[in-house]
Amino acid sequence: MINKTNGLNSEPTSLVGNTKLIYASIFISSVMMVVNMYLIFVWAPTERIMGHIQRIFYLHVPMAWLAFIAFFIVFVSGVLYLWKKDFKYDRIASSAAEIGVIFTTIVLITGPIWAKPIWGIWWSWDARLTTTLVLWMIYVGYHIVRSYSSNRAQAATYSAIIGVIGFIDVPIVYFAVDWWRTQHQRLVVGVTSADGSLNDDMRIVLYFSLIAFTALMLCLLWLRVSMKGLEMKLQSVKNNRKNSQPLS
Amino acid sequence: MDEKNSAGKLWIYIMKSFFKPMLLVLWKDILTEIRNKDIILASFVFAVLVLVICNFAFDITPATVQILASGILWISFTFAGILVMTRSFVVENELDSLEGLLLCPISRDSLYWGKMLSLFLFMMVVELLLLPIFAVLFDYNVLSLSLILIMVLATMGFATVGTLFASMSVNTRAREIMLPILFFPIVTPVLIAAVEASMSIIGGGTSVINIREWIEILIIFDVVYLVVCPWAFGFVVEE
Repeated sequence: MINKTNGLNSEPTSLVGNTKLIYASIFISSVMMVVNMYLIFVWAPTERIMGHIQRIFYLHVPMAWLAFIAFFIVFVSGVLYLWKKDFKYDRIASSAAEIGVIFTTIVLITGPIWAKPIWGIWWSWDARLTTTLVLWMIYVGYHIVRSYSSNRAQAATYSAIIGVIGFIDVPIVYFAVDWWRTQHQRLVVGVTSADGSLNDDMRIVLYFSLIAFTALMLCLLWLRVSMKGLEMKLQSVKNNRKNSQPLS
Repeated sequence: MDEKNSAGKLWIYIMKSFFKPMLLVLWKDILTEIRNKDIILASFVFAVLVLVICNFAFDITPATVQILASGILWISFTFAGILVMTRSFVVENELDSLEGLLLCPISRDSLYWGKMLSLFLFMMVVELLLLPIFAVLFDYNVLSLSLILIMVLATMGFATVGTLFASMSVNTRAREIMLPILFFPIVTPVLIAAVEASMSIIGGGTSVINIREWIEILIIFDVVYLVVCPWAFGFVVEE
């Protein structure tokens, strides 16, 4: 007997069945990533003032954008889960949150590597950096709650709430930190990021990198979601077997 | 006449279905607290300990106390607040009294608001008790009406988010660590605004003009979360 309401009966196979499509998407995003690496490290012109270190820009910026998109997916699927109580949305939300945390981690690592030679410091507590750090912490908390929850429904509900509240919180954090920074004088003086001063080649590389990383993100999301679907299916098979065995 | 009557009826209905249960939940918490003095006493002692630790950590002198005062106050307020939140919900959980409350024919909103107000009240009491202690320990007067206004707004923000997250974390394993991990990143704006506004008030008043902006941030946060948290609380207790 499978309890209909706990979602174990919902069919996670619709996406999983398409192994060919998954392989295709892995192949496409891998090829795009190789081309992307070539564009970034060979084709893109070297920045005049910052030199080679500027190439980190093509990784850093798309990662940051995609992390925000991933957290937006967490937010939307969180709301949908709370509304419909369908574990499908929980699988999407938690997979997107994993990807978001990984991407934000990469942003937080590449950022200081870029900042040290350019700004002269690893870290500055300005609005963008602080908000990213807070965002990262919120979604790390998201995963901790999931692993410390006592059951699946609880994990899904609690993490959905954190996904929603965390996303609402981000603009307020940005606003508050921005105010706070304008009060204290800025430590960072030096070459600012390449905003607005990109030449055309650099722009092409940036956009291609964004597309390549988007493909990678979608591929990862798809893999994760279908993997979670399989995990759930396995669990329900195990439960079934346990239930059908006669008591000895 | 008729309209007035129906408005009156509506008012009575709201009073009966929302405010009365809310006040009852609040009164239940106050009564328990008066009887065992569990929450306020423990978190007050803890907050004083935080002050003592800060004294050693920062080596506070009459010259530096002006800059450090607001930071130290808010460190002890937030840490004491976390303790208040955890205790308040652990007590509910231990005897399954939260389940009892949920079985009562009252709305989830009244339950949320009752718990939120009780947390707010306990935290405010601890914070107000701390102010004179701080003044004595560091020989620095921090009492002022505008500081209390900031404390009210910030504590409201803490209690709003705290009620939701404490009700969640109390049901998870490792609940003591769960609440701060969830709570602190979310209340970052409140912390920043509270520390900065208090700094302007008690730290010599170099940037008094900016207090308004900080109060605005506090109010925005409070309003947003007073809408979102009761909504989310409904899902938490549904479990």
